[in-house]
Amino acid sequence: MADVLLDIRNLRIEATTYPPGEKPMTITIVDGVSLTLEKGKVLGLIGESGAGKSTIGLSPMGYGRGGVRITGGEVILTGRDILKQGKNGIRKLRGHQACYVAQSAAAAFNPAQRLMDQVVESTLKHGLANRAEAQRRAVALFRKLSLPDPENIGKRYPHQVSGGQLQRVMTAMALCPEPDLIIFDEPTTALDVTTQIDVLAAIKQAIHATGVAALYITHDLAVVAQVADDIMVLRHGKMVEAGPAHQIIKEPKQAYTQALVAVHRLEHEEKQPTPKPILSVKNVTAAYGNGILKVLKNVSVEIHPGQTLAVVGESGSGKSTLARAITGLLPPQQGEITFEGRKLSNRLGGRTKEDLRQLQMIYQMADVAMNPRHTVGTIIGRPLTFYFGLKGAERDRRVKELLEEIEMGKGFIDRHPAELSGGQKQRVCIARALAAKPKLIICDEVTSALDPLVANGILKLLLNLQQIEHVAYLFITHDLATVKSIADSIAVMYRGEVVRYGAKSQVLTPPFDDYTDLLLWSVPEMELGWLEKAIAGRKMASAGN
Amino acid sequence: MILALIAQRVALGILLLLAVSGLIFAGTQILPGDVAQSILGRSATPVALANLRAEMGLNDPADVRYFHWLFSILHGDLGTALTSKLDIATSIKERLWNTLFLAFWAAMISVPVAVTLGLIAVRYRNGPIDKAISGFALASTSVPEFFIGYLLVYFFAVKFQFLPGISMVYEGMPFLDKMKAIALPCMTLTLGILAHMMRMTRAAILNVMQSAYIETAELKGLAAFDIIRRHAFPNAIAPIINVIMLNLAYLVVGVVVIEVIFVYPGMGQYLVDHVAKRDVPVVQAVGLIFAAVYISLNVVADVASILANPRLRHPR
Repeated sequence: MADVLLDIRNLRIEATTYPPGEKPMTITIVDGVSLTLEKGKVLGLIGESGAGKSTIGLSPMGYGRGGVRITGGEVILTGRDILKQGKNGIRKLRGHQACYVAQSAAAAFNPAQRLMDQVVESTLKHGLANRAEAQRRAVALFRKLSLPDPENIGKRYPHQVSGGQLQRVMTAMALCPEPDLIIFDEPTTALDVTTQIDVLAAIKQAIHATGVAALYITHDLAVVAQVADDIMVLRHGKMVEAGPAHQIIKEPKQAYTQALVAVHRLEHEEKQPTPKPILSVKNVTAAYGNGILKVLKNVSVEIHPGQTLAVVGESGSGKSTLARAITGLLPPQQGEITFEGRKLSNRLGGRTKEDLRQLQMIYQMADVAMNPRHTVGTIIGRPLTFYFGLKGAERDRRVKELLEEIEMGKGFIDRHPAELSGGQKQRVCIARALAAKPKLIICDEVTSALDPLVANGILKLLLNLQQIEHVAYLFITHDLATVKSIADSIAVMYRGEVVRYGAKSQVLTPPFDDYTDLLLWSVPEMELGWLEKAIAGRKMASAGN
Repeated sequence: MILALIAQRVALGILLLLAVSGLIFAGTQILPGDVAQSILGRSATPVALANLRAEMGLNDPADVRYFHWLFSILHGDLGTALTSKLDIATSIKERLWNTLFLAFWAAMISVPVAVTLGLIAVRYRNGPIDKAISGFALASTSVPEFFIGYLLVYFFAVKFQFLPGISMVYEGMPFLDKMKAIALPCMTLTLGILAHMMRMTRAAILNVMQSAYIETAELKGLAAFDIIRRHAFPNAIAPIINVIMLNLAYLVVGVVVIEVIFVYPGMGQYLVDHVAKRDVPVVQAVGLIFAAVYISLNVVADVASILANPRLRHPR
């Protein structure tokens, strides 16, 4: 095996944390992981957050975030054990033999420097080329990654290009020193689906054109299936399963991998609309900054009792603003909002306590939506006291009921948010919303920050609760797969307007408008070769126009 | 957009200065005592007092006098000192120049030293070098300036006798002699403001060091100093400029004690002398000049922060 580029044997990585007032704790983050990567191949590392995939990914660069350090095993890159290299040896290898593409390019670029200076920096520092040659390489890479105006885009500052473009510039930055290995750490996770597909295609093409080897880290199996030759599934710092991509996708052996593959197969029968909607939004127009920045334009939607309206769109399409208008946080300039036939006051201050109780919200970041110093009991009990005047033992009894309802068990009543996992935190937020016995809950990207399996659990719970409590949901998301599994009706938003609206079956059946078409084409499917088909299909569609 | 922002800052500065002039005028009006009385002394006859008041316009209402005063200042006339009968503008000119000379050299030494020490402290953060720098800087700030001043006088002027303990400067003095004369007050001031600027530089850069783009730079294999110089410092520049400007303002406005210790003929001493003599026009004029210096340095800091922001410099 002469062409093995990276050989990791029995890797063990530990981190020491210093909890205040307690003894330092050493925890094992990665345990006994081995992998090999041949030249020109792509290995996908997949797993949920905390699986140790980024930590493994950074090990060939001799880098550990926080107090992380490698305590066992070997990491051999081009025949040399990087753990035996001194500080200087590792510095020479970083940005030369191994390069890194971070998740959020927007944060990973220095805001005070032009893109070109940053792209060629490592090439110049390691003395691999002179400035003119490095810039020529960079422009060639910009072209290869289909960036607009490749000659001049390097003169811009990071804030002057879009997120998807920035991610491609970051890929060019990693390719510029002509490394042997690139580590892609969730490079498309922060992007909209319609942008993700372009970046994904550009990355895949660049990998093939340059023959560089890559570790591709992601939590999305459908994404990794498009770019990786082999896939390794990780969980809790240990390997679950590894093999060629088609085997992992088609015939996963381990139960955990099977669950990951099946994650999007949640089905939900569409309900028929009722004669009386519970909430109707009529011709609502809303704007920020004294009416200057119009974010919602003439939006009309209806939600029926006990049903789910999914609002889907990219970032900046106005979906969260719609939620703010409905809750009264952002009074609309025009239009009206009726709840059970009554007109709701536009302003939050004009609404009665009863109006407020009927409409509850759940947010994307459960972390910051709870007071970290309150116990779960206080968090869920607060609306019970506020709306129903429950106190003491009676309140505790009801909190415990709610905890059972969200499948967590009453033992959690004395815990603090910091002691809960991400999924548990979101469940507590759901219980808090339910405590008010609302008729409508607005769910704003409630599963976006969660791992797929955990998110699936939350969706199942929401569907169950809808059956029991007959509550309606306004479900805001950018993820079409989630929409398919939970919605009864769908509103597709684009630049503040509802471009397509109706029952789920109707919205997802052709003929489509251009935007919905693009959106549906862009959602990665767990199928090898999907990316090529999607790109080809899209090119055909645009050629037909 | 950026020009509008800068214009707004400058306009705000002018407005603020106008408000301060009102405050200074009002403040001196509230002070007990009467200017005519203090000029003529206790033994003045009521008729003489009344004549002088009428002559000086003291019988006019306060707002008329305020606008009269403001109008004169805008024409470069700061009035006449009551005690010496000298034109204030001429007396101030030389002293202001002296103060600015001292402040300039103190800044020329302390700003680069503070920023460099801050950078070094970040490079070796939490290590012995960082602790030594911080310890020295904090100690020099904690000791009162007059004490440092006397300490320096004791060693350099009394014991080793190679620097003058009294900073006499005069017009036409050779440059090198002048520098030698201000060496000790300059050192005292430098030690006094060093720590503040150095600690802020350190804190601002350390704050930036948490950013994702610093990790990017580390993973490019850059040396620690390159990372700080090229990626951290340019993004920490705004808060650093702010604290530097605050300290420069202090150098001009807050050096009263130093000037008294070293008998340096600057604005501070001039002010102290005339406060003691209740010479209201001088106090008003000096107060206004100090306010102008303070406000304009802060406007400069604001404008520099705006210019340092790439998002404002290069809009989309």
